[in-house]
Amino acid sequence: MKYIEIAFFAFNALLTFGGGLITVGSRRPIRSAMGLLASIVGIAGCYLLLAAEFLAAIQLIVYAGAVVILFIFVVMLLGSASVSPSDARSAVPRYLGAGVFLFSGVGALGLVIRAATAEAEAAKALPEKFGKVSAIGHEIFTSRIVPFELTGALLLVAVVGAMAVARGKQSDPTRRLDKTAEPEAAE
Amino acid sequence: MSVPINYFLVLAAALFATGAVGFLLRRNLLVLLMSIELMLNAVNLTLVAFNRIHGTDHGGQILAFFIIAIAAAEAAVGLAIVLAFFRLRQTVRSDEANTLKN
Repeated sequence: MKYIEIAFFAFNALLTFGGGLITVGSRRPIRSAMGLLASIVGIAGCYLLLAAEFLAAIQLIVYAGAVVILFIFVVMLLGSASVSPSDARSAVPRYLGAGVFLFSGVGALGLVIRAATAEAEAAKALPEKFGKVSAIGHEIFTSRIVPFELTGALLLVAVVGAMAVARGKQSDPTRRLDKTAEPEAAE
Repeated sequence: MSVPINYFLVLAAALFATGAVGFLLRRNLLVLLMSIELMLNAVNLTLVAFNRIHGTDHGGQILAFFIIAIAAAEAAVGLAIVLAFFRLRQTVRSDEANTLKN
């Protein structure tokens, strides 16, 4: 049982980190989106190991089912323009910044690994139903109801804002209807 | 629970570093947004991992739940901005966004 869990974690960790590397390193955005998908599925597997079944389902539904699809829609909408041509402008400050961050990131990773190998904190026994839908739902709808409602308001604002921003300037909707026959309506 | 919690923290730290380096290094706006998603996922993994060892309530998991909701909203608005920017400049390179320069 123990080795199965270790192997499952190793598989998910490989999926997550490899997907992250593909996301960042790939030249084509569609491959980046696929890398992001692999990373998200791997993290959902990690949630299962961490007794967060509800979050694993939410991760797959929201991220793999909505966010990645949204990215792929935009990549396909932009077509070949989504692959930006390589250009050496402003390369030095970018590589400098990324190098500095990579250096500090590796340093922080070293600190985490050193602390991790020092002593592994034993996980306490969990209460029954920990991470299940019923327990989390009870907690969200009792003690965390205000942030939950505020999240709903935020999502509404985000939907309206995204539509307003992406639609562009079309002040008169009736005029727009008449021009649908033309391939490129005036902006 | 046979997998030590520290493994998850190391994985999350590595993923966050990957996302941050990608955010600084790449110039494609779509990849920048995906790097932000990677970083948010890494933070979520850390929250859930710590919630696993301090399992008295679901604070970490619920915070991760809210972060997922906010990340979805952020992706929608960010992609709308990318589309508006593309309509303006016919490109998705982030250093073409220099209207306010000079």
